[in-house]
Amino acid sequence: MSQFLIRRFLLLLPVLFGITFVTFALARILPGDPCFAVLGEKVSPEQCAAFRERQGLNDPIMVQFVRYLGDLTHGDLGVSLKDQRPVTDIVLQRLPMTIEITIGAMFFSTFFGVLLGIISAVRRNSAIDVGTMIGANVGVSMPVFWLGLMLAYVFALKLKGTPFWIPPSGRLSSGISIPPLTEFYHMEKLSGLWGAVVTFASNMVTFNALITGNFDVFRDALWHLILPCIAVGTIPLSIIARMTRSSMLEVLSLDYIRTARAKGLIERVVVLKHALRNALLPIVTVVGLSVGGLMSGAVLTETVFALPGVGTQLISAILSRDYAVVQAFTVVIALIFVFVNLIVDFSYAFLDPRVRLQ
Amino acid sequence: MTASTNTLRAESLTSIVSRTPLENALRRFVRHRSAQVGFVILGFMILIAIFAPVLAPYSPIEVLKDVKPRANPCIHAFGCDVNQSEHIFGIDGNRRDMLSRVIYGSRLSLEIGIATVSFAIIVGTLLGAVGGYAGGWTDNIIMRVMDVLLAFPSLLLSIAIVAVLGPGLINALLAISFVSIPVYARIVRASVLQVKEQDFVSASRALGSSPLGILISHVLPNAITPIIVQATLGIASAILDAAALSFLGLGAAPPTPEWGLMLGEERNSLFNAPHLVFIPGIAIMLTVLAFNLLGDGLRDALDPRQVNVSKEYRKG
Repeated sequence: MSQFLIRRFLLLLPVLFGITFVTFALARILPGDPCFAVLGEKVSPEQCAAFRERQGLNDPIMVQFVRYLGDLTHGDLGVSLKDQRPVTDIVLQRLPMTIEITIGAMFFSTFFGVLLGIISAVRRNSAIDVGTMIGANVGVSMPVFWLGLMLAYVFALKLKGTPFWIPPSGRLSSGISIPPLTEFYHMEKLSGLWGAVVTFASNMVTFNALITGNFDVFRDALWHLILPCIAVGTIPLSIIARMTRSSMLEVLSLDYIRTARAKGLIERVVVLKHALRNALLPIVTVVGLSVGGLMSGAVLTETVFALPGVGTQLISAILSRDYAVVQAFTVVIALIFVFVNLIVDFSYAFLDPRVRLQ
Repeated sequence: MTASTNTLRAESLTSIVSRTPLENALRRFVRHRSAQVGFVILGFMILIAIFAPVLAPYSPIEVLKDVKPRANPCIHAFGCDVNQSEHIFGIDGNRRDMLSRVIYGSRLSLEIGIATVSFAIIVGTLLGAVGGYAGGWTDNIIMRVMDVLLAFPSLLLSIAIVAVLGPGLINALLAISFVSIPVYARIVRASVLQVKEQDFVSASRALGSSPLGILISHVLPNAITPIIVQATLGIASAILDAAALSFLGLGAAPPTPEWGLMLGEERNSLFNAPHLVFIPGIAIMLTVLAFNLLGDGLRDALDPRQVNVSKEYRKG
């Protein structure tokens, strides 16, 4: 088992290297001189030369790349060209929101996807099966942002005045806020890795509210997350439901299931214990693969629901040509995606002993 | 199982054997329920796209006089005042006829889907074929680069590429094509590896065929099935991604009648003119749905594993 894990981990290194190289290269092949982009068109050649020297742009490209890698391992993502803040701060401020949506949407899509998939497989060709499969086909075809807008229309406008009203935008209701964790625990301002972790956890409103026992804020934050999570989770939900259904159908037709039924086990045990465990592998793959889609979806949906996450920042950074920010978000999200896939691979080894032996 | 169903099964088995694989695939495709639905919707969309100038009552970018911006749909048959001009889908924020814009948008969406996927197929096939055929270092480098591209969530990589190239429809399409190259490269490489060492390829090589000739006449026919399936599904996601980029303001520029852009322009009028948000979204969804259903049908029809006799029996 440990051998498998180590080997899988080593295989990751070239990919990590590639990701950092691609993001580095993307920022370097930009048309135009970064000097003009930062200091404006009216800058003098002397100022430009000083800028290039300061930023290390005169060094050979490989030296620049190695320096970039070194900075990256220290958590230094550069400085935003637009507002002169360290990009790491911006990431720590913005990423938690996107992660919250991603995790919420993942729970939503996995729970309902697997549930609907199992029911569809067990009640094959029933109304619920046909309905789920039609719904799944439509679900994967909807633009995420459009679904978000439609949900906002129904829940925020049409259901206004009913208990089902859900706010269409924002992270918390007005008047509600939550202090950072350092303030709550009367801690000194931390720096370095721990400081980053604490800032990240503070900015993740649901988490912060939960561990500080601020349940009113927690409920309010969850309430604001419902619509974005449904919007983002619908495409993965459809895919997971289809995958669960076909995987369950295949397993349910095997002989050992007939044996389990023949020995008189109740159907629930046969389906949930015997069949589902063996049907899980492809489902785990799909859930893992959907993380990339979930994060892209979260980025898109934030703009619809006016949420202060990566998406809104990323778009404004692109439009103002703030490449340090674009580069940082790209590399961070790709790294998260790669590590989630690593976890998926590890869970294979856990779920299927054959994988360990290969 | 009754005797009559047994005979029926035997007959259908012999009939499977007596048909060519292509005929079988075609039969399965034509009988596939979702393929039928997808085919009908897509046919409808293609007709709309072809006859857009005939069907659209106005030019998609014409600013109309005597209409209010974001006016509700006006349909005479449903009691709209006959003195008003008819606008089935209403008027957008810039006083343009929504119906005409949606109709012309179908052209753009189909073009976007087909163009991006064609580009990705050409480049992907080339890379996959070179990698698979050459093997060794060339193969290793090409495939590791493809792995890295696959390590990014695709839409985010397209966003990053657009950030570099600058916003615009062509750049958005390039970005979307670029991120879908690895899938085709992998498919083609796998087929190349599969047939590379087989006798008919060796024979062809012995007869003096060039690598390119072998690629075109022996390798690609083996890869065409998965490519067709992947391309159909790829068009669906390309249309969605292009709409997303335009929605964010990184793709098509106004006044292009692009559905994603139309959505993005009017998203703030969701509460006072919902039809302007509702209709382009439905259009995107229907087009994407058509390609998805068609892709599912093609996969089921072309995948030889479907003709699995024991599986057929188990079902009965």
